[in-house]
Amino acid sequence: MADKIATRQAYGEALAAIGAENNNIVVLDADLSGSTMTKLFAKDNPDRFFNVGIAEQNLYGVSAGLAASGKTVFASTFAMFAAGRAFEIIRNSIGYPHLNVKICATHAGVTVGEDGGSHQCIEDLTLMRSIPGMIVLSPSDATSTKALIKQAADIDGPVYVRLGRAAVPVLYGEQDEIKIGKAKLLRNGKSLTLIATGVMVAEALAAAETLAAEGIDARVLDMHTIKPIDEEAIITAAKETGAIITCEEHTVLGGLGGAVAEVIVQKCPVPMAFVGIKDRFGQSGKPAELLKEYGLTAADIAEAARQMVAQKR
Amino acid sequence: MTLSYDELRNKAKELRIDVIRSIFSANSGHPGGSLSAAEMMSVLFFKQMNIDPKDPKKKDRDRFVLSKGHAAPVLYAALAEKGFFPMEDLATLRSLGSKLQGHPDMIKVPGVEMSTGSLGQGISTAVGMALAAKIDKNPGRVYALLGDGELQEGLVWEALMSAAHYKLDNLTVFVDWNGIQIDGFNDDIMCVTPVDEKFKSFCWETVVIDGHDVEAIDQAIEQAKKCKNKPFAIIAKTIKGKGVSFMENQNGWHGKAPDEEQAKQAIAELGGTW
Repeated sequence: MADKIATRQAYGEALAAIGAENNNIVVLDADLSGSTMTKLFAKDNPDRFFNVGIAEQNLYGVSAGLAASGKTVFASTFAMFAAGRAFEIIRNSIGYPHLNVKICATHAGVTVGEDGGSHQCIEDLTLMRSIPGMIVLSPSDATSTKALIKQAADIDGPVYVRLGRAAVPVLYGEQDEIKIGKAKLLRNGKSLTLIATGVMVAEALAAAETLAAEGIDARVLDMHTIKPIDEEAIITAAKETGAIITCEEHTVLGGLGGAVAEVIVQKCPVPMAFVGIKDRFGQSGKPAELLKEYGLTAADIAEAARQMVAQKR
Repeated sequence: MTLSYDELRNKAKELRIDVIRSIFSANSGHPGGSLSAAEMMSVLFFKQMNIDPKDPKKKDRDRFVLSKGHAAPVLYAALAEKGFFPMEDLATLRSLGSKLQGHPDMIKVPGVEMSTGSLGQGISTAVGMALAAKIDKNPGRVYALLGDGELQEGLVWEALMSAAHYKLDNLTVFVDWNGIQIDGFNDDIMCVTPVDEKFKSFCWETVVIDGHDVEAIDQAIEQAKKCKNKPFAIIAKTIKGKGVSFMENQNGWHGKAPDEEQAKQAIAELGGTW
């Protein structure tokens, strides 16, 4: 069993590391620094850390002002309150003027667990990718989170990063190259392609193992960058495997599935299926129970793949 | 070069004429709240603020955020009169392809420090700018102009609370207290008074002045510059549509352009020539 680390933990560690090297970085939080892990930056850089209290709209307004004055800003809260509550501030004061703010939102998806539906943001990818110029990242493990956060810091413009609460398997080693905008091929295959993001990448890999035993040879892509989406990898997968299933811990309305479908429909139509949350709110439960309840497990992906392969034949 | 009070009064008049002309050209825009802010803009841009149209991004500059972004015509007038861009550009207000968008766009217009228009957000970003100046020990000051109706936005109060918490004595806010918003009088729609007491209870230093008295505006800014450890609010009592008889205190002139007859009369009343 691989090590398990939450992507929010990796984010906090990455922030502390780049913050030590780059004193232009300023970090903001809204009373959740112990959960978003920005506390790891705050500990060594108290003069560059600002906790604005429970005020997420102001969190992103103040971030915009700091960025307009030349700072590289990382501003964190839960995904629900970043992409949800502060959407219009992010849209108008960060997106519209294209300011250098990294919106690093933790506790995304149903794997928030016991806190329930009010705190399980399953709309953030849809909302954030609708903002022109916004880069949208959704890392699958600790290693790729660190790599993507480091690259995000070097981009002069707005970036949204979707991070999770729960510990997830470490999928990559330090030697693996993870680049913004480039899907990571984790497993080659010819029968169909599983395009997954975030916590669903590990589930897709497990599903591919199951399927291999049945003679179904699934390709697995880690689509850690939702925008700009890696069109080339999607088109190649469609041409070489003839079918696509997207896997996301997010509503199927307009997130990863929507982004991939926009490419498939226009550039290389092949059968597609969507593993994700089907127009429902989340609820309380343990993360593993919730993945099962919402049809987001390796078994659900494998079943969708079997149906897809049958349809192809 | 610093202008005398008489020259500042005259500059306010010129700004008003520019406002009427550009809104007439656009056949669209917000005259009422642009006219009420003319003296504040005159004192800020032609006396108080350290800004240079030849070097709009200079490091130690003062920054102005028009939180009530719909008063863009008076901001554009001040920037053009100051030399940030040619005066003739004012006639392109709100037209396709113009840098002079209906609400200020910091990417397109030199001298615009923040894209605003969605109310409540400008003051929040001004807090961020003042915070950045504190971190960098930058002497540049930050000014923001809020509408009175804008005070109804919850984000304003989040921002005011944080400015006091961070002791941003480099931040000065004007409230253009003209008493009128789109749908009518503040007092009928959603009462915002007592404005100064609200600011005080949020730990701001405040002064209430006549917002059309350039001397009072200038002195209030001097007072703000001397204030330590607290942000400063200048509550400016103004008349919406000031300077144009048929627009003064009329809520119908929040967001409506004058026709040619009305524009001619307005400019004549302001001492300009058509």
